[in-house]
Amino acid sequence: MTDMMNERIPAEKFAFVQENERLHDKELQTKARSFFADAMIRFGKNKSSVIAAWILLFLVLYAVLVPVFSQYTADDKDPMYVNYPPFSPFFSQFGFLNGAKTIDSQNDKAMDIWKGIAIETGMDPIIRIRNTHETEEKRRGQMVKRYTYDLEVNAYYAMGIVYRNFSYADYQKLQDWQNETGIQVIYPYVDSEDINGISDNSNIWYKMNSDGTALLDAEGNYIPAYSTRSDRAGVPYNSLRLAGDPGDWVYSTAKAGSVQCRILYYNYYIYLNGHEPSYLMGTNVMGLDLFTAIGLGARFSLIFAVLVSVINLSIGAVYGSIQGYYGGAIDMTLDRIADILSGVPFVVVTTLFQLHLAQRVGVVVSFLFAFVLTGWIGMAALTRKQFYRFKGQEFVMAARTLGASDARLMFKHIFPNAIGTIITSCALVIPGVINSETSMTYLGIVDLSTYAGTTIGTLLSQGNGAATTAPHAMLYPSIFLGLLMICFNLFGNGLRDAFNPTTRGIDD
Amino acid sequence: MVKYILQRILYMIMVFFIITLMCFVLVRMLPLPVLPPEDPHTTVVLMRREALGYNEPYLTQFWLFLKNIFTNWDWGLSEKLYFGQNVWDIFVSKLPATMIVNLYSIIGSIPIGIGLGIFAALKKNTWIDYVISTLTMVVISVPSFVYAFLIQYIFCFKLQWFPFLMAGGTNYFTWKMFLSLVPPVMALSFGTIAGFVRTTRAELTEVLTSEFMLLARTKGLTRAQATVRHALRNCFVVIVPAIFGQFIGILGGSLIIEGIFAIPGVGGLTLNAINGLDYNIFMLSTCFYTAIGLAASLVVDVSYGFIDPRIRMGSKK
Repeated sequence: MTDMMNERIPAEKFAFVQENERLHDKELQTKARSFFADAMIRFGKNKSSVIAAWILLFLVLYAVLVPVFSQYTADDKDPMYVNYPPFSPFFSQFGFLNGAKTIDSQNDKAMDIWKGIAIETGMDPIIRIRNTHETEEKRRGQMVKRYTYDLEVNAYYAMGIVYRNFSYADYQKLQDWQNETGIQVIYPYVDSEDINGISDNSNIWYKMNSDGTALLDAEGNYIPAYSTRSDRAGVPYNSLRLAGDPGDWVYSTAKAGSVQCRILYYNYYIYLNGHEPSYLMGTNVMGLDLFTAIGLGARFSLIFAVLVSVINLSIGAVYGSIQGYYGGAIDMTLDRIADILSGVPFVVVTTLFQLHLAQRVGVVVSFLFAFVLTGWIGMAALTRKQFYRFKGQEFVMAARTLGASDARLMFKHIFPNAIGTIITSCALVIPGVINSETSMTYLGIVDLSTYAGTTIGTLLSQGNGAATTAPHAMLYPSIFLGLLMICFNLFGNGLRDAFNPTTRGIDD
Repeated sequence: MVKYILQRILYMIMVFFIITLMCFVLVRMLPLPVLPPEDPHTTVVLMRREALGYNEPYLTQFWLFLKNIFTNWDWGLSEKLYFGQNVWDIFVSKLPATMIVNLYSIIGSIPIGIGLGIFAALKKNTWIDYVISTLTMVVISVPSFVYAFLIQYIFCFKLQWFPFLMAGGTNYFTWKMFLSLVPPVMALSFGTIAGFVRTTRAELTEVLTSEFMLLARTKGLTRAQATVRHALRNCFVVIVPAIFGQFIGILGGSLIIEGIFAIPGVGGLTLNAINGLDYNIFMLSTCFYTAIGLAASLVVDVSYGFIDPRIRMGSKK
């Protein structure tokens, strides 16, 4: 060891490293990374937040595009297709979105009616038979086997034929439309006296036994019981006739000043709307298309929430800046005001604003005021804290020495330092606003349906009444809202962590 | 400390009166409900309105309102929903239902919430922690009426374990009543549990990584000993005030859950008063909710000082 250390190196072996070069600073090899880019990189590393951001983008696009491109609007409320399950004529061929609804305990008589609908309209409502129950009962001294069936039916086909009254002009218009398109809407009339006096079921068109089952001919086919009493017919019918019509079937019956006839509602719907019923998420209790209604509600919620956060952000930033910058008595006074406002329960604020202002400035604006009244307080507290952190620092003192005014110091020098924290907390304010807005509309304290078409809260409260019979009306808005809230929160948390300077560089 | 508490209480009362005054004036500015002409109560209500100075300036009205409350504990008569009845009596009759539901919910959710939170913190960054944290995140994000619907649909309709709505009557301690209270209690508990899990987990993970924990382990304590004696005690500084806050919140209950499960409680009464424009009930509910909100924040703040000697904000030394 000592030999090595004391080894002598002759001077001529040494040479200058940069003998003929000029000395200067090395140019930066890497590109400078801005704070924003750095935050984005850190955000990208947070997998769940990135996924949440993509889902969020999808939901926002849904809210923007669906109400625009949907064939339904908030005013399309079908009076008959109420709480109907999801259905699409196209997808139902492949076995889903087929309007399936379970109907239990159908006896032979009921099964005949289902079959009758299939024969008459050509649309078979029965999708499948889920269960067959066999019971034995004693009848006229003999044991007779009886069957009941649990069915899955297409609710849209199952409606079949309904009675409708038309004025003469409307009846003629309907006939003209039939001639034009070749779609049969009007079906031959059936007199109740021909079908054992039944007058409340428009889907019975065949001769029946005394027990209500269908009377069959020699080949096992139904025997039509269509009316041929032309003396009772309303107006002459000169349009499409049903196959097998010998020419004397009557297609309407006269009522005072109008005609009553049997119409196939599915085709009548095409006549009214110009397209087949296609409700991808079903309809709710108002007969609204849920697919469109959710989009409408979400669009309103998002716009409203963004508007509220922007307003609250601005007020809170200014208020908090003044509090934080001046401190002392001003801070104290402003803090007391904020304390008082934040003590009022939100329900009370919303109610009072609705009662006082809704008539004058509209429901939406008064609802907005309710949010603004207390919503800025959190933002102000945040800004105040940031101001306390920065206002004593050297760069502020330097600017003050140079003669900068208070406003300039506040908004040019201190505020930009706080902006990252403020913007990211905004991402968490939006879901909060959506949550409160949905709660208030759900509770019915605020009714926005005339302005926004509908809201998710309104949809949920409408769905709640039929939660057991039509769970889809509650389920789809719930899923949408749940997904929206979860994604917003995950996204907001991700942003907050990414922009938080204290976590910077920890995981690099 | 005593001085600090007194200061806070005085300040709270002041804030309470200012809020009450604001709401009072805003309510009195609204047009009065039309009374049924034939009803014998109408004369009583009209006479009371006269006595309460409905035609006087608002401040006089407020003074009379306060005077009635402090001398007779008289909050006025219901002018719409329970026509002619004393508002305070109606209100008190609604309190037990709300309290019982919330009491069950808190008794259930505190141990579950804290337990899960501790569990998640101890198993940090394992799949158990991820599952618990994700579920907490989901429950906190989703509004309560969404999972109230799910509970109702799954447990009450599909499985038929519980009845749909709360059982009638005022006998709150029967098995039937308890069974019918399970769904609303569950719906209420989810949020509370998630809140406790989040706080406990966050606090405990922070405490577990601090240096005194390392010291405790170095001097020979087992992991369990160190956690129970040192880590848990420290994180209870945050959790216990939250529990106190929750207990005050028992009285307030939840407007939404009470509406969904038809609980004849304070929340339902408030909602009905809002929709039916019964101003006197609304005024009482407003005062009640304001008082509870303020009291909860006061108790939380003060209990910090009691539990943790390091945080004695009011004391100078």
